[in-house]
Amino acid sequence: MKITSNWLKEHLDTQFTENQIINKLTDIGLEVESVETQSSESDSFLIAKILKTEKHPDADRLKVCDVDIGAKEPVKVVCGAPNATEGLITIYAPPGAVIPKNQMKLVISKIRGVTSHGMLCSESELNLSNESDGITELSNKKYGNKIGKNYFTKSSLKVIDISITPNRADCLGVKGLARDLAAAGSGKLKIKKKEKLIQKNKQKINIKIAKEKNQGCNTFGSCLITGVKNTESPKWLKEKIFSLGQKPISAIVDITNYVMFDLNRPLHAYDADKIDKGIVVRNSKKGEKFKALDNKEYVLENEMCVISDNTGILGLGGIIGGTRSGTELETKNVLIEAAYFSPRSIRKTSKALNIDTDAKFRFERGIDPLSSEEGLQRAAELIKKICGGEVSKFDVQKIENNKKKIVKFEIASFEKITGFSIEPKEMIKILGNLGFEIKKDKKSLILKVPSWRPDIEQEIDIIEELVRIHGYDKIKIIEPKKNRTKPTLNNKQRLFHFLQRSLASKGFFETITWSFTDSKINKLFLENNKEINIINPISSDLNVLRNSIFSNLIIHINKNLDRGFKDISLFEIGPIFSGSKPGQQETVVCGLRAGKISRLNWLEKDRLVDVFDVKQDVVKSLVEAGFNQNKLYIDDKTPSYYHPGKSGRIFLNKDKEKVVAYFGEIHPHIIKKIDIKTESLAGFEIFLDNIKQTKKTLNDQKTLYKYSDYQKSERDFAFVLNKNFHVQELIEIISKIDQNLIRAVKVFDVYEGENIPEGKKSIALNVTIQSSEKTLKDEDLDRINQLIISTVEEKIGAKIRS
Amino acid sequence: MSDIKKIKDEFLSKLNGNLDLNQINEIKSELFGKNGLISSQFKKLGSVAESDRKIFASDLNTVKEELQSKILQKIQDIETKEINQKLEKEKLDITLPERPFVQGKIHPVSQVIDEISSIFSEIGFSVEEGPDVENEYNNFTALNTPDNHPARDMHDTFYLDNKKELLLRTHTSPVQIRTMLKEKPPFKIIAPGRTYRSDSDQTHAPMFHQVEGLHIDKNINMGHLKGCLDYFIKEFFEVDKIKMRFRPSHFPFTEPSAEVDIGYEIKDGKIIIGEGDKWLEILGCGMVHPNVLKNVKIDPKKYQGYAFGIGIDRLAMLKYGINDLRAFFECDYRWLNHFGFDPLDVPTNYRGLSR
Repeated sequence: MKITSNWLKEHLDTQFTENQIINKLTDIGLEVESVETQSSESDSFLIAKILKTEKHPDADRLKVCDVDIGAKEPVKVVCGAPNATEGLITIYAPPGAVIPKNQMKLVISKIRGVTSHGMLCSESELNLSNESDGITELSNKKYGNKIGKNYFTKSSLKVIDISITPNRADCLGVKGLARDLAAAGSGKLKIKKKEKLIQKNKQKINIKIAKEKNQGCNTFGSCLITGVKNTESPKWLKEKIFSLGQKPISAIVDITNYVMFDLNRPLHAYDADKIDKGIVVRNSKKGEKFKALDNKEYVLENEMCVISDNTGILGLGGIIGGTRSGTELETKNVLIEAAYFSPRSIRKTSKALNIDTDAKFRFERGIDPLSSEEGLQRAAELIKKICGGEVSKFDVQKIENNKKKIVKFEIASFEKITGFSIEPKEMIKILGNLGFEIKKDKKSLILKVPSWRPDIEQEIDIIEELVRIHGYDKIKIIEPKKNRTKPTLNNKQRLFHFLQRSLASKGFFETITWSFTDSKINKLFLENNKEINIINPISSDLNVLRNSIFSNLIIHINKNLDRGFKDISLFEIGPIFSGSKPGQQETVVCGLRAGKISRLNWLEKDRLVDVFDVKQDVVKSLVEAGFNQNKLYIDDKTPSYYHPGKSGRIFLNKDKEKVVAYFGEIHPHIIKKIDIKTESLAGFEIFLDNIKQTKKTLNDQKTLYKYSDYQKSERDFAFVLNKNFHVQELIEIISKIDQNLIRAVKVFDVYEGENIPEGKKSIALNVTIQSSEKTLKDEDLDRINQLIISTVEEKIGAKIRS
Repeated sequence: MSDIKKIKDEFLSKLNGNLDLNQINEIKSELFGKNGLISSQFKKLGSVAESDRKIFASDLNTVKEELQSKILQKIQDIETKEINQKLEKEKLDITLPERPFVQGKIHPVSQVIDEISSIFSEIGFSVEEGPDVENEYNNFTALNTPDNHPARDMHDTFYLDNKKELLLRTHTSPVQIRTMLKEKPPFKIIAPGRTYRSDSDQTHAPMFHQVEGLHIDKNINMGHLKGCLDYFIKEFFEVDKIKMRFRPSHFPFTEPSAEVDIGYEIKDGKIIIGEGDKWLEILGCGMVHPNVLKNVKIDPKKYQGYAFGIGIDRLAMLKYGINDLRAFFECDYRWLNHFGFDPLDVPTNYRGLSR
């Protein structure tokens, strides 16, 4: 909502300065978003006259003008406007002036070799209107004797833009703002006296509101003004329309707009001669058409509230009028409409047809249903004054009476909610100034809510009014108590934060990417899941919810490769989605490593990132988070986006209940499809929701502390076994031979090739043997050795390598 | 007598020469070997007259010790020299780089979430979460924002179905609803998380982060709300004094509602939070609307309290001098490295929130 302080002062008798008013508006919840164009800037724009024009020597379209700016000598200005002709009175901006539209500061400059001292301005450049064809033309009559004077009268351009919250429909009019300011002690609301209108005749056009289900209109006030002469608006009115950021059209249209912004009372003006017999306000039928004032043709659905006549639809009530009955400069007889349309109906229709107008904006939020006559009165006064004509009596059709709401307000409830108290006398004063009618009980106030406040329905709304006007700064701070009765994080949240930092501690950079992604890339990681489309995506490459974090990580790895980085490790912890219902999501830690380890290092030989790097990332993180490494169970069934031979999945134990992680190198197909220019790409996914957490603390999970000081022995073995046989099983078999003696089994070599038959591999193991009861003798060790060899040979047919 | 002296003088002078380890060992066995000169002298001991024996033995022992200590010292000198020569050869250019390491980084949004959780933990809030995909009821209707409410237009919502019943939550407030439906009052929770609006330009991202706060009990009023936020803002920005302004505003789910501005100034192109004369809006809050409490079957006559919503990304930008919101989600390695935090930097109350 844009206002100027001059306009405000038409409704508010105040001693406050503009700055005080601006601060007060914000203090009472009418937030001032901006104050446009400082008066010091607008001071520099002068009324000027073009004395002479010459063609620019080097440019066909440019002219060099001698401009009279009221100084001794005329100045030379280069101008490209076709209407820059001798004798024109226009607006001149000197060097140093800031052009309101683009905030450019003018300097003396050479344009194609000719020096230009300043600029002649179009209306658009001065934010006066959208007129940008040519420079401003001022009338000789009005401005001829003001050459060299400031064009802008001070503060006329200072527009205060207020952000009105959706509950405050009443403040979408200047009068409403003035009322709030007055209630907050910033002055007195002026009561405008009705001007006496001579209203001899009845309003002759028959108006009828159809009694239908879901009728969107309950009041239709109207007034017929005959014999008018529509014209250009006078300067005061034009300036007001400009200050709203709009363009003046004609006196009648400008007046209806002015009243809307002044009183928050939308009106509509019809050319009465174009109305075919009477007006019927009714529900539309599907398929009805009409051409609106925005020059678009709309096809209507059922039950849209329309204003119609014998021929058809004249307009969409409260939203937009039609071209057929619009007023023009030639219009002789005008019918002014001041109706009430229900917010629900307005919202439904305007959303369905996607129309947004100032009237719709106001009706949607709820205007004062009792304001028809006030609106008609003001419009009639102005039309009569500017355009002449005969004003009819006001005709107000109603299908229901708008009753004022009653709210009971317990005085004590104020302190209960706000934590401080104010005197009932003060409450009554504030509410009275806001327009409430008040009856006082012992402990409560019985309030009749002003008709312009659709937002006030219950006690809490009254408390808000009181504390808002009295001042939020009066609320006293109560220091919070520092005690905690519940743990801040639950176990799952702790695991989340633990894994997040655990991964970062392994050299990964944490990223946060969108929860949505490009379906083309998401498809590569979709597996058997359903794609989840966003109906209204922000762009076509962010059109689905992600089924995996890999899609976004790969996109961003690629962008970083393009930036010239080669060795990158990124991870994200966040949701992936399996369906479009709430809860069909799970939390995943997903990481990707690209490139090499130890690239260009004088100490270490570089190598490609591989599956065992990411396996370490996952296993180490799980171990750090408190899971037993020896219990982890791994197999090689992984989704298709992993390299089938270089990937695995991890379970917390052999029961294989839920996959807690996948790891592996990314499938070469995917690398090729996405065209990632890296030597190597490996990643992992840890599924937080699949990690079953015991209720035991880490401390409880620990076994008793036992250790052995007897001598340790180590024995090495090399077995030749089938290539496809998993070493994990081999280790398990050996470990289980004698769990009291076999303390550790380490793999220290894996070999395939010469001396090893095709389809076989050699695994070299180091086994630590230690008793907790005695020092083992040679024969004990030999027995264990033999047992290891025989058991392995027996169980898996592996041969000991000699 | 003279024999012993002779041996002593002769060998001391020998040992003073420039000898290697072998030569010394030769001397050692010459003197102390089985038939060594000194050893032989000891053998003589029995044949010395009893009256002289004591003196002879004492002299012999003195000479023995003298020679032994000389030999030992000689050996040590040589060993020291050898080690020193070896060390000299082993000297490296220690300015060469160490073995390579990569420092990982925590995203500033995650760091700030941890900071926020730590601060609110201190005054008894616990952390709740809710799903990113919400139904229309939890996101709007239950929060006193019915279908025909113009406030819905202010949320540019991403929808997942044509009936507009499933959506990406536009704020973290539905977590209030879920929490209050799930449990019984009192409630004292914060809910950080991802939020979505179909809005994208320099200052808006289609996904961003909010933290919701909710405190419901029997007598929680606006003074508690002000106290809680005053405490939070001071702790978060790690300043003792901060200018804070509560400004009336409107949210359908709170009443009275407020927006909170904090004071700031710009020094050398950087935002300084605290005492400046400019205002910066940082959060929205208010007393939970009775209609919302009724929707979750809580009697607003018995229970009342406040709620707030804070933009986490914006807090991170202000605290750590980050200019561009979009950069949070662009995953530029340089940006992550510059603005990210070491994983060991866990914000806690006792070690301080930030370094």
